Amino acid sequence: MEISGARMVIEALIAENVDVVFGYPGGAIMNVYDEIYKQKSFQHILTRHEQAAIHAAEGYSKTTGKVGVAMITSGPGFTNAVTGLADAYMDSVPMVVISGQVAMSLIGTDAFQEIDAVGISRSCTKHNYLVTHASQLPRILKEAFYIAASGRPGPVHVDIPKDVTAQLAYFDYSQEVQLETYKPTLKGNMRQIKKAIEAIAAAKKPLFYLGGGIKASGADALVRRIVAQSQIPAVETFNARGTLSHEDPMLISMVGMHGSYAANMAMSECDCMIAFGPRFDDRVTGKLSEFAKYAKIIHIDIDPSSIGKLVDVDFPIVGDLKSVLEDMEPLFASTIAPSMYASWRETIKRFNDLHPLSYHDDPAGRLKPQWVIQRIGALLGDKANISTDVGQHQMWTAQFYPFSRSRQFISSGGLGTMGFGFPAAIGVKRADPERISINITGDGSILMNIQELMTAVEYKLPVINVILNNNYLGMVRQWQTLFYEDRRSETDLSMQPDFVMLAQSFGGIGYRVSTKAEFEAALQDAIAKNVVAMIDVVIDREEIVLPMVPAGGSLFNMMLAKKEK
Amino acid sequence: MTEIIPDEKRVISVVVVNEASVLARIAGLFAGRGYNIESLTVAPIPESKYSRITIATSGSKRVIEQIIKQLYKLIPVLKVIEHAQQVEKEMALVKFPVGESIADIAALCAAYNGKIVNVGQGVIITMVADEPQRINYFLEAVKIFNPKEIVRSGVVAMER
Repeated sequence: MEISGARMVIEALIAENVDVVFGYPGGAIMNVYDEIYKQKSFQHILTRHEQAAIHAAEGYSKTTGKVGVAMITSGPGFTNAVTGLADAYMDSVPMVVISGQVAMSLIGTDAFQEIDAVGISRSCTKHNYLVTHASQLPRILKEAFYIAASGRPGPVHVDIPKDVTAQLAYFDYSQEVQLETYKPTLKGNMRQIKKAIEAIAAAKKPLFYLGGGIKASGADALVRRIVAQSQIPAVETFNARGTLSHEDPMLISMVGMHGSYAANMAMSECDCMIAFGPRFDDRVTGKLSEFAKYAKIIHIDIDPSSIGKLVDVDFPIVGDLKSVLEDMEPLFASTIAPSMYASWRETIKRFNDLHPLSYHDDPAGRLKPQWVIQRIGALLGDKANISTDVGQHQMWTAQFYPFSRSRQFISSGGLGTMGFGFPAAIGVKRADPERISINITGDGSILMNIQELMTAVEYKLPVINVILNNNYLGMVRQWQTLFYEDRRSETDLSMQPDFVMLAQSFGGIGYRVSTKAEFEAALQDAIAKNVVAMIDVVIDREEIVLPMVPAGGSLFNMMLAKKEK
Repeated sequence: MTEIIPDEKRVISVVVVNEASVLARIAGLFAGRGYNIESLTVAPIPESKYSRITIATSGSKRVIEQIIKQLYKLIPVLKVIEHAQQVEKEMALVKFPVGESIADIAALCAAYNGKIVNVGQGVIITMVADEPQRINYFLEAVKIFNPKEIVRSGVVAMER
C-alpha cells in the first residue's frame, strides 16, 4: 500500500524504536505533525524554542546513548536549530534532526520561510539530506539513523519539502543500509596494538588520557577494568568525566585549562600517553610545542582524522575503542604488572599533595560555588544526573562534583553553548526519570533558554536549576580581570529578574538562598515537592576558576589558588 | 621555536558518488577548514555512479594529511588518491590577435603538445596540454605574442 511521505516519517521513527521526539511545528512540517497527532507510538514534547528541542534531544541521547530525535519547520525553525546541530556535532552526539522545507516547486525562489537548510547544516552535521521524492524517504531515514549512531557518532539532518510529505509511495523499511562509501573501521590493527603494549611495558611513567570516545563506544566498564588491573594513573577530559568513579585511586582528575595541578603535571611529565578516544582539544593540550614533550603517544580513535590532527602520534590505532580494548585487555593482563609504576604513582601523589583542587571557604562571607557543588554531590551523588550550562559554574562542576559513572555529566563541551543546560536537563529527566535531574547553571546562561520552564512544567519533568548567581558573566569577567586589566566590559549582570517569581509564574517553584542552611533546605524541599525548581544561589561575586592554564600557555604553567595560611 | 616547513603542492583525486551537492561538500570542507584550492576539476567516471574530482592544493605535511582524512570522512567519498607518482596534465586555451606571427605561435604550441584549434575573425585560438609547470612556461613564452585571453582547465591526474 502506498502511504504519504509524512506517514513514512512516523513509520520510520517507530521502526527505529524512537520513544520521544522533541520539536516545534510550523507551516512546512505540518503534514508530518498531522501524522504525529494520529499516532500513539511515541511521545512528542513541544519545547518553546527550536534550539531547546535539539538540546533536549541531545540531553536524552547523552543519557541513554540512543539516537536523539528532533523535528522543526523550515526557515526560522531550522535556523533556530543550527546552534543545537553544531553543539551535537562538536560533542559527537548521535541525532536525527528532521526539518520541513518549502515545496520543491518553490525551492530557490526565496519563498516564505525558505532557507537553504542543507547548505547551512552541511558544515555542522555528520551528514545531511534534501529529500526530493517520498520514495527516497525509507532509505534516507534508515541511512540517517545508521550514520548518526555508527562510527564516530554525530547529528544527521534530513530536510523534507512540504510536497514530498504529501506524496504517496511504497514504504519498505526492511532494506539493509548499503553505503559503499561509508564503512567505519571497527577492529584495531593487531600489530599496532601489540606495539602499543610493548611501549607501555617499556615506559616508567605511563598515563591514561581518557576522552569522550569511551562513552560513545560504551567502553567505560572495560576502561575501569584495565585501569584497575594495570594500576596506571589516569586523567579525564571534560567530556570523559565519570568514566572512572571519583573514588578510583587511579583517577588523578580532570586535565586541561581548568584541570588539576596533578593531572596537568602528569600529562607534561609522562613518558607514555595512552589516549582512549580524546581529541587533543586546545583546551586540553595548551601550547602544542610543549605538550607531553617526553611521551610516546598511543592514540586509539574511531575517527582517523582525530589522530595526528594536532599532535604527532607514535602509535596510531584506528578502531572502535571497545573492540580495540577487548583485544588489548588480555595483553595488559599478561604484560603489565602494577608494581612497575609504583614510583610514578608516588610522584603523582606528591603533585596532588602539593596543589590539590581546593577553594577557600569563608563561613562569614558569601557562599562559595564550589561548596554548593560539593554539597549537591554529597547529598545526591549517584542519585542525580548533572547537566550544566557554560561558564565558571560548568568548570566548577567538572572539578568538584563527585561523578561516579559515565553519562552522569551532561554538558556542552566542544561548542560551549550557553543555554544548553536547562533544555538538556529536560531531555535527561525524560530519559532517566528515576534520577534527579539537576541543571547547574549561571545567571547568564539560564536566561538563554528560560522559556523552557514552560516545557518542563507542562510535561512534568521536574528539573532542578541551581543558579550560581554572581551577577556576572563570570567566565568572561574572570578573563577580563586576569588579562584585560580588570576592565569589566559588558559583563555586569546586576540587572536581573526575580528568579523566584519567574519560576512561580511558569508554575514552578523558586528559592533565593544565601546561606548553607538555606541552600540545603531549598534543595531538599525541591526534591521533596518534585516540581520544576529554580534555586537562585547568591555566591561570592569575585570567585574565579582555578587552577588555570592561560589560553595558549603550557600545561605545566598554571595559575594556582593561593595556599591557605 | 616552531619549525617553519614550506608548503608542498599536491594533486589529490577524490572519487565521489555522483549525487547532488557532493561538490558543495568538498568545496565547503576546503573553505571551512581553511585549506587552499588551486584548481579543481570534476567529471563523471564512465559507466559508474561515481565522479572524479581532481584538486590541486598546497599545505604542510600535516595539513595535506588532514585534508585526506577529512575528505574520507565525508559520507559520499569512496576513495582519496594522493600520489607523488602520478601523471598530471592540464590544458590551456590561448587567444591571440591574427596579426601575430602564426607560424611562430604554432611552433611554440607544438613544443607543448598543442596546436592552433580555431581561426576566427581577427583572432586565433590555440590549445596546449602538458604538465601544469610546463603550462606556466608556455604562458610565459607566449607573452611576446600579446595573448588576448587565457583559459586554464585545472589539473587532472592519474596514478602511474
